[in-house]
Amino acid sequence: MDIGLESMQWQLAGQQPAGDFAPVLVGVVGSGNLEVMLEPLPGADCEVRVETSARGFRPIWDAVVADFHRRHGLAGVRVSVNDMGATPAVVSLRLDQAVAEWRSRQP
Amino acid sequence: MNLSYSECSARERLAALLDAGSFHEWLPPQARITSPHLAQLGVPSSFDDGVAIGRGRLAGQAVFVAAQEGAFMGGGVGEVHGAKLVGLLRRAQRERPRAVLLLAESGGVRLHEANAGLIGVSEVMRAVFDLRAAGVPVLVLIGGANGCFGGMGLVARCADRVIISDVGRLAMSGPEVIEASHGVEEFDARDRALVWRTTGGKHRYLLGDADALVDDDVAAFRQASLDWLHRPRPMDLAALEAEHTLLAERQRQAQGCDDARELWQRLGVPEPASVPDLEVAALRPLRPALPETP
Repeated sequence: MDIGLESMQWQLAGQQPAGDFAPVLVGVVGSGNLEVMLEPLPGADCEVRVETSARGFRPIWDAVVADFHRRHGLAGVRVSVNDMGATPAVVSLRLDQAVAEWRSRQP
Repeated sequence: MNLSYSECSARERLAALLDAGSFHEWLPPQARITSPHLAQLGVPSSFDDGVAIGRGRLAGQAVFVAAQEGAFMGGGVGEVHGAKLVGLLRRAQRERPRAVLLLAESGGVRLHEANAGLIGVSEVMRAVFDLRAAGVPVLVLIGGANGCFGGMGLVARCADRVIISDVGRLAMSGPEVIEASHGVEEFDARDRALVWRTTGGKHRYLLGDADALVDDDVAAFRQASLDWLHRPRPMDLAALEAEHTLLAERQRQAQGCDDARELWQRLGVPEPASVPDLEVAALRPLRPALPETP
């Protein structure tokens, strides 16, 4: 049985340039929780990378990431996620929290 | 307003404990210095491997700090986590800040990285002693929900000073470990009152294993850190012998003792049965005179 982590990645074309900013980190990797980091990325893509211990949920991640991108449409951002089995609602909240943190630091 | 220390994450503690905006992190999350072992076991990494290290200021004074994240694998010490702590202590020996603060929250060695974690803890202990011998004090702050156990419990008692809250816990073997190895008759890990009166902050303070007992409040930890910043524990033969005397005396007093309440009674604590219910401020004056107080 393969017990490794599942890794996923998305490249999405964004509309709202995030510009340069100090990396943002929210959340903690723990049972049913996750950490989300936002970093600047050259170009206009929103890149999302997920490493998760809960294997086999790719279609749900597709939906959560698409929903996130529909709401924020960030461009020039790398979103990195370390997940320990968070539910989709928790993932969405953490992603929104990271964006809110990024916004609060904008001049 | 009271900000609960136990409910904060490691990074929130650093932000609230140090002077505002003064924390500068080394090997921050974006450096992605993560465990080389966890992914093979199907466990996700954390970008900082569960510990944030760096420098900051405490009422204007330069300090080095490390904060363990208890929510990530119980604050367990793995290879990278341990190496970050050692690196911080070694750097402190070169750059000589006013003190090093370890915000400990750990179940001990991360079992997934058993030998690497054990080596990490022993290296941290060695680095703490080297740093103290070089004249830079090490303060350990304990107040996280996971307590301070195993290897980090050893590290705490190697430090100059321990500051603990009444909800903090400090011991070698954790309750579950004792129950698993000696049976539930020996120690019921689900008996919360038993767990706290055996390993909790009040017990550690009454016995002299902690120098300061504070409320579960980040501001209280900050004030206690300032109070003890300039009071290193002597590190010489006389201090070592005094410590041995204290431990021998405790072993004698604890002979045939089944419960912490009985030990408090033997130590001369008035109304020992009421200790668990007392406010921190009410308990502090009840600590018996210690055999040695360097």
